[in-house]
Amino acid sequence: MTDGGLLVFPAPDPDLARLLDLGGWAWSAVDDDLTARNAEGTPAGALVTLGADEADDQAGDDPAWQVLEALARREPPLLATMVLLRGTHLDQLAGRSHLFADFCLTPFHPREMEARITHLLAAGQRAGGAEVEPPGDDQTVRYGPLLLNTETYQARIAHRALDLTYMEYELLRYLAQNPDRVHTREVLLSQVWGYEYYGGARTVDVHIRRLRSKLGEEHARMIQTVRSVGYRFGRADD
Amino acid sequence: MTSPEGTGRPGQGTARQDYVLRSVEERGIRLIRLWFCDVLGQMKSVAISPVELEKVLDEGLQFDGSAIDGFSRVHESDVLARPDPASFGIVRSGRDGGPATAAMFCDIESLDGEPFAGDPRAVLRRVMADARAAGYEFMCAPEVEFFYFADGDPGTPLEPLDEASYFDLTITDVASDLRRRTIGRLEALAIPVEYSFHEDGNSQHEIDLQWDDALAMADNVMALRMVVREEAHTEGVHATFMPKPLANQQGSGMHTHLSLFRNDTNAFHDPDDPYGLSEVGRSFVAGLLAHAREITAVTNQLVNSYKRLVPGFEAPSTVSWARNNRSALVRVPRHKTDKDAATRVEFRSPDPACNPYLAFALILAAGMRGIEGGYELPAEAPDDLHRLDDAARADLGIDLLPQSLAEALDTMADSELVRTTLGPHIFEWFVRNKRSEWADYKAHVSQFELDAYLRAW
Repeated sequence: MTDGGLLVFPAPDPDLARLLDLGGWAWSAVDDDLTARNAEGTPAGALVTLGADEADDQAGDDPAWQVLEALARREPPLLATMVLLRGTHLDQLAGRSHLFADFCLTPFHPREMEARITHLLAAGQRAGGAEVEPPGDDQTVRYGPLLLNTETYQARIAHRALDLTYMEYELLRYLAQNPDRVHTREVLLSQVWGYEYYGGARTVDVHIRRLRSKLGEEHARMIQTVRSVGYRFGRADD
Repeated sequence: MTSPEGTGRPGQGTARQDYVLRSVEERGIRLIRLWFCDVLGQMKSVAISPVELEKVLDEGLQFDGSAIDGFSRVHESDVLARPDPASFGIVRSGRDGGPATAAMFCDIESLDGEPFAGDPRAVLRRVMADARAAGYEFMCAPEVEFFYFADGDPGTPLEPLDEASYFDLTITDVASDLRRRTIGRLEALAIPVEYSFHEDGNSQHEIDLQWDDALAMADNVMALRMVVREEAHTEGVHATFMPKPLANQQGSGMHTHLSLFRNDTNAFHDPDDPYGLSEVGRSFVAGLLAHAREITAVTNQLVNSYKRLVPGFEAPSTVSWARNNRSALVRVPRHKTDKDAATRVEFRSPDPACNPYLAFALILAAGMRGIEGGYELPAEAPDDLHRLDDAARADLGIDLLPQSLAEALDTMADSELVRTTLGPHIFEWFVRNKRSEWADYKAHVSQFELDAYLRAW
C-alpha cells in the first residue's frame, strides 16, 4: 500500500471499486483486523462496511468493528475512517463514535461518497492524524522503513511493532547504526554481547535468523549474509 | 526464548532489566508471568503486576518451595525465583481483549544466593558450562509431537479430532486456526518454528523447532507445551503430549537433533569420513549409546513412555545407531557435503512428556563422556534391525532399551553418570518419586487383564 491511500474492508463491490479508481484514490483491501493492523505504509483513511457478511450480521458480531479497533491501534493510529452501512443498521453506531470519523448510508450516491471521502482525507490531514512526527533524532535510529527508539527500546518496521528480545533489539540497533558495512561474527559478538557472551558465533547466527523472521519476508533482506565473512545491514539492491 | 547470554544477575543485567521495564511500560503489559519448572518438568507460573516487577528483578521472588514437586526439603523450604531478563517475551499482545501479558523464565536460588539444587534449569546450565569449559557449545533442535483430542476427560473414549464425525464440517477451520494462532504466539515469544501436520496418526501433529543452544531450547519446549495446550483449550480441544495415547497408532516422540560447535565450526563434521562424522562426533554418539539405558528413565519418564518404545512403530527399542534406519536409537542423517553446519545426529528415544532441561543435560553429559573417554563407535545397525530375534541381536552386541519404567529406574539407580549430572538432590528425589509411580501402576488391574483372564480362569 502506498502512503496516503485508502484501506477498504472488506474487498469493495464493483461499484465502490470503480468509484475509488475514478476518483484517483489509491486503495487496498484488508481481510480482517490483523491485516488492517499490519498493512504497511501510512494510509490516509479507511472505508469499512458494516453488515457486509450476512452470517456475521445475523450473529450480531460484525468483524467491521474489530477492523476499526485495529485501525485505531495502528502506529500512528488511523482515525480518518468512514463506516458504510444500511439504514437498518444505524442503531449499531450508538456508543461507538470514537471508532469512526464519518459514516455514509448505502446504497450511496456516487457524488456524495466522493465528497465525503475528499472531506474525510482533508480533515484527517488537518488533524495531523496521518503522520506523527517521530521523536528527536538523538533517541531514534532510522533506516528505510525501520525505526528504533533507543529511549523506549521499541522497534518498528513500516509502522509495525516488532516483538524483540533484548539481545535481538541490541543486535538490530548495532546493525542499523552501522549500515552498509560488513561485520564479522566476532565483531558483532564483542560489540553487541560484550564480555558476557558464551555462545560463540552460533549465537549470532541464531539471532540473525530470528531477526529476519521477525522483520518479515519483505524486509528480511535488509540483513544480508556475506559468505564466510559475516553479515551486512543495508538495502539489498546495491 | 532465552538468549544464550548471562543470567541477568544484579550488576550485570541493568540494561536488560531496563529493557524489560521499558517494554512492559511501552507495550501496555498488565501481567508478567514468571515461569519455572518442577523436577518432573511441569511448568509453574507466578503472575506479578508491573508495579512489582522492578523489585522482583532486583531481589527475586521468595516463595515456599515445599509446594513444588522435587523442591522440598523440610529445613530449607523457602527459595528465590530470579527472572532471567534475557528470556523476556510477549505472551499476549492484548489485541484479543485479554490483558497484555509477558513472561520470563526464572532461575531458582536458595536464600543465600546459590543455584538451588532442585532446579532443573540449574542442572542444564551447569552441564553446558562444563562442556563449554572443554570448548564445546551444545546445540539442539527437537521435533515435538502431540495429539489433539475432542475431549480431555480420561473417563470417556478418546476422540481424535479429525475422525470425529461431528467435526467433519469444521475440522479444517479448527486445525488451521489453531495452527496459525499457535505459531503466531510462539514466534512472538522468539521461538522460530517449522510446523508440519503429521500424516500418520489421527489428529497427531508435529512442531519442529529450529536449532538453538540447549538452555534456550529447553525453555522453548516448556513454552511450546504450554502455548499448544492453551490455544487448543480456547477451541474446546484437548492437546496432549502423553507419549502413547492410542495403542494402535504411532506414539508422540521428541526426536532431538544434536550438534556440538567448537570455535565456531561444527565439531561433528568431517567431510572425509564415510558417515560425515568426525572423531568427536563418533565418540559423542558412542557415549550416547553406552549410557543410553542409564538416562532412559529421564528421557522417557512415564509408565506410558515404554508403550511407545516398542517395535513396529517409528520408535526405537534397541540401543543402536544407523544412517537411515528409523527404528535405530541414533540416526546420522545424510547431509549435503557443503553444509558443514548441518552435520548432526538425531536421538530418537525422548518423548515430549520429559523434563527437557534434565533430558538435554543427560544427553550432553553422556555424549561428553564418550568424547572424554575416547569411546569407540560400534558397528552400524543392519537394515532389518526390527526383524532380528533376540539371539541374532545379541550376537551383534545390540542391547535393548529398558522395557519398562521399573527397569529404566533400576538402571538409572546404578548410574554414576546420572547421579553426578543431576546432583544427589534431584537424583534421589526422582528415583523415589518414579518408583512410587511404578508401585501404583503395578498394583493397578488393567482392562487388558480383565479381558484376558476373567473368563479364561
